[in-house]
Amino acid sequence: MRRVPDTATRIKIASDGRSIVTSDPEFVLNPYEEYALEQGVQLKEKHGGEVTVLTLGPEKSTSVILKALALGADRAIHLKTENFPDDPSAVARAIAAELKSVQFDVLLFGKKGVDDDNQQVGAMVAELLEVPCVTQIVKLEISDGKAIAHREVEGGAIVVETTLPSAFTAEKDLTVPRYASLRELVAARKKPILVKEPQPFPGMLEIVSVQYPPPRPPGRVLGKGVEAVPILVRVLHEEAKVI
Amino acid sequence: MQGPILVFAESSGTEFRKSAFEAVTEARRLADLSNTEVHALSIGHRIKDQASSLGKFGADRVSVADDESLKLFQPDFYRQIALDLAEKINPGVILLPATATGKDLAPRLAIHLNTAVATECTELEIRDSEFIATRPAFAGKVLLKIRIKGDPKMATLRPNVFTAKERVPSRSPLIESLSFEKPTTRMTVKEFVTHGAKKQDLTEAGVIVSGGRGMGGPENYKILEELASVMGGVVGASRASVDAGWRPHSDQVGQTGRTVSPTLYIACGISGAIQHRVGMINSRVIVAINKDPEAPIFGFADYGIVGDVFEVVPALTQEMKRYYGKN
Repeated sequence: MRRVPDTATRIKIASDGRSIVTSDPEFVLNPYEEYALEQGVQLKEKHGGEVTVLTLGPEKSTSVILKALALGADRAIHLKTENFPDDPSAVARAIAAELKSVQFDVLLFGKKGVDDDNQQVGAMVAELLEVPCVTQIVKLEISDGKAIAHREVEGGAIVVETTLPSAFTAEKDLTVPRYASLRELVAARKKPILVKEPQPFPGMLEIVSVQYPPPRPPGRVLGKGVEAVPILVRVLHEEAKVI
Repeated sequence: MQGPILVFAESSGTEFRKSAFEAVTEARRLADLSNTEVHALSIGHRIKDQASSLGKFGADRVSVADDESLKLFQPDFYRQIALDLAEKINPGVILLPATATGKDLAPRLAIHLNTAVATECTELEIRDSEFIATRPAFAGKVLLKIRIKGDPKMATLRPNVFTAKERVPSRSPLIESLSFEKPTTRMTVKEFVTHGAKKQDLTEAGVIVSGGRGMGGPENYKILEELASVMGGVVGASRASVDAGWRPHSDQVGQTGRTVSPTLYIACGISGAIQHRVGMINSRVIVAINKDPEAPIFGFADYGIVGDVFEVVPALTQEMKRYYGKN
């Protein structure tokens, strides 16, 4: 899981033209990982076991680790780095290297970070660990060492069965995240966090430049109420030529 | 840049997706810039008869893996077929559509090929014989230009952004059948379940009629369904209406939903919060219908009508019926 700017914040480009200003926005736990974490906690409540959360990121990621521990995770691994390459393959290799020595039945990811929108890490980690991975799932059932996952695709869902251990990446519909109580927030501070450095891997995606998208030319209000409807149809046909 | 451009031409059932034609068209454009070939890969069941149609969009060669077990996307099978072909033809670039399948398959290939992939690109260029991909990040609040240090260069292309163009004269591609031996797998693809009668996905739709909090409740989306139906479009929704439980998440347009780029986006009772805006700002034409003249959506819509959606939308449906009746 990772710490990302809240989706309601504006994003500012840094003066180097190649990165984002990270001091201003309000940071939160990536929403897709909230759905994944909630699924993990629900599985624990149903089947027993333990939920470990792992994050690769800077010192400041502690805030999202504490949130995850308050929301029901039992322990955390923080691969702490202030300067890791901005490349999902490097991140995936570092996470897979760490997980090689960790036993798990179910490995959950968010389908993507709402910051870089790369949508790659989960499937890459699973490939490196040679475990099955079902991406962007909206439903998960586990029984008898097997998982049935519903994967959201264009126009419907594909039902996939896997044997455990398996990896999954969470789509928004998977779960409705709970809220942490004050008591849980306090208790989170006592849960164990293993802090270590990630193994280094080179980044292979290089950002050449960051730009704002071109502004849309200003539009116009055609009128009020139903009287404007015939005007709209006419401009869509004659001016915009989209119908 | 050396080696052919490998394109994954995704199919759905026995038809290629529109995004497959878009990807082949873009591959052709890049191949012409760097004097190389376009090699398409088609994986599916009973798709072989369609393979030559990729020639219309510029494919020089098409490799087809056709087997009943390939009817639906199975990551272990598709990955193996694509890796085997990549090893054989040594592509300089691999392009895939940024669909559910493409976005699942691309990172799996990249990690095995020891390269990186640029997700959901909106523009590709060869600049001084270097491959540069443009892709939105932070849901489109910024655009990144990206260089990939590994080889082959990989990119997934956002549907509906690149235009599929038939070439005159059409090419007759060389078609080759790939043998397929099932690799061991711990995944069984059971079935495809549809979301009711909806034919098009939001990301592939040409017209989207979207409703927000201003729709007041789930029952009122009927008027949007009617307008969409007359225009051959589909219905979308804002986060507020999805979180309220009025519409399924698969309808959500915005930062935690779909990013869409239809020809025409009609926003009904949607205020235009930034997280919605980023999901639809790349629509070709945006129409806003909202009773609040101060709603932010009027700041970036091409055409606006200030008015009650419950009066304006049914009137628009009638007017569109008349329009399509005549044309």
